[in-house]
Amino acid sequence: MQISSAVLKNDEKAILGLRELYQKYGYSQFKMSKFEPYDLYVRNKDFLVSENIITFTDADGRLMALKPDVTLSIIKNTPEATEFVQKVYYNENVYRTDAGGTFREIMQLGLECIGKTDTYCISEVLMLAAESLAFISEDFVLDISHMGIVSSLLDEVEASPVARAEILKCIGEKNVHGIMAVCRAENLDSEKLCALVTTYGDSETVLPRLDALRTPKTEAAINELTGVMETLEKCGFGSRIHIDFSVINDMNYYNGFVFRGFIQGLAAGILSGGQYDTLMAKMGRRAGAIGFALYLDMLEQLPSEAADYDVDTVLLYDGDSNMHALTEAIGLLTAGGKRVMAQRSVPEKIRYKQLLRLQERGVEIIENNA
Amino acid sequence: MLNIALPKGRLGEKVYSMFEKAGFACPSIRENSRKLIFENPEKGVRYFWVKPSDVAIYVERGAADIGVAGKDILLEYAPDVYELFDLDIGKCRMAVAAMRGFRDDPRKTLRVATKFTNITKNYYASRGRDIDIIHLNGSIEIAPILGLSDVIADIVETGTTLKENNLEVIETIVPISARLIANKAGFKFKSRQIETLTAALAADGGKND
Repeated sequence: MQISSAVLKNDEKAILGLRELYQKYGYSQFKMSKFEPYDLYVRNKDFLVSENIITFTDADGRLMALKPDVTLSIIKNTPEATEFVQKVYYNENVYRTDAGGTFREIMQLGLECIGKTDTYCISEVLMLAAESLAFISEDFVLDISHMGIVSSLLDEVEASPVARAEILKCIGEKNVHGIMAVCRAENLDSEKLCALVTTYGDSETVLPRLDALRTPKTEAAINELTGVMETLEKCGFGSRIHIDFSVINDMNYYNGFVFRGFIQGLAAGILSGGQYDTLMAKMGRRAGAIGFALYLDMLEQLPSEAADYDVDTVLLYDGDSNMHALTEAIGLLTAGGKRVMAQRSVPEKIRYKQLLRLQERGVEIIENNA
Repeated sequence: MLNIALPKGRLGEKVYSMFEKAGFACPSIRENSRKLIFENPEKGVRYFWVKPSDVAIYVERGAADIGVAGKDILLEYAPDVYELFDLDIGKCRMAVAAMRGFRDDPRKTLRVATKFTNITKNYYASRGRDIDIIHLNGSIEIAPILGLSDVIADIVETGTTLKENNLEVIETIVPISARLIANKAGFKFKSRQIETLTAALAADGGKND
């Protein structure tokens, strides 16, 4: 069956296209249950975007939850593999509270690589993240950061746990004056931490400037970041891939690469991802992992090809109409590619191109708007 | 086009002067008119006035690319935005005040009246003090006088209102000033313009008093 793209909404188009993209790279769909034991989420509460979870008691008395997150389920349900990489993608609804505190069902599409993740694997996931954004809009930016660099620099200045949390928050806000204030109060060297905030942009601009952040502790992470960025440069995304250390994910779960994707016209990031080896270790796994998710519900905010009319034709009939003639008339109209709505009277708030009435001798045109 | 949300009032006027000096002028804004939005296509800017406490919402949701908001609003509502620059104007402090001669009895739950519930909660939580928050929308100073609360947490500029009502500051929670904030996504696509503005403001040293 051929589906005209005009019928599909933005998010539906994205789902179809992106599933095809992920399958092309050997990712298989991961299908999961809507529920998981509540326990799974309680143990990793900080990993979740929103803390509130819809719970209910299962028939056997266990406390269950409607899944607020997909990654934890995938980790839990993939068998341990240390020699190769399991590549999966998913397309699932998750249940989270929004800023106003009400629960919402959110369509999430994403992928995860679990197992022996190496530099190629990381580059592939980042490349697919960029491809995903490009599929939705040509006008995108993918921000990439490396938590290893950020945490090493924080270790180096020997920031106290409180100062550390405050400085991390400031890095996320690109807040140089905030970092300087914390460093002044705690007597820390702010130079490199401020450099983290002011160093951002495409590889051409940033790669030569990374040397300013080089220390014996950040060396390895900077080399890893440089290597991956050079690989990505060859994928033809030009200056759309940025290094930006303001992408901050929870250090209790994420290490290494973290990234966020933005699309022109959307007020917040639509893609979010990272390397979560630390979470894997917490869950008793010896493997590495990296993945990302796209919040497709946000695509609603993008302008779509606005439909000027709800239907092409409204066809009026009444109690005396011949049902056979009515079915036949609708059949003829739809066969001609028209969207037809049969009604006994003109419905309110419906915009149509043409209003027809079924008469005994045929179809009569009452109104023509097009 | 760079969309800029300015806080209505004296602070906003001052901010506009700083932006104008930084090369982002929009002469029509100085004309007396009932218009809400002012544009200067030549400089690629569009200004609009909004309620000061709403600036962060306009910026977070992307209706404005950048805006100027008080640190009090940013701490209270914690919007997901970049905080690019401290304009060093609109300076005041968030403080705890009480009737003159008030002595805090640590054995009792402290009753605190405030407009800034989150800032107050976080402040007392960080010191492990149990409090009873009383959210008020205005005329906070009257609460301890009438015995509605033990203390208040509010913005203090000169302290004159406090003094006239026989109140005094007992602790400073945090210093406040106006900050330049930016929408995170907007920043990616209009970074050059925003950087130019921030650099010009920084070069001026925020010394506009």
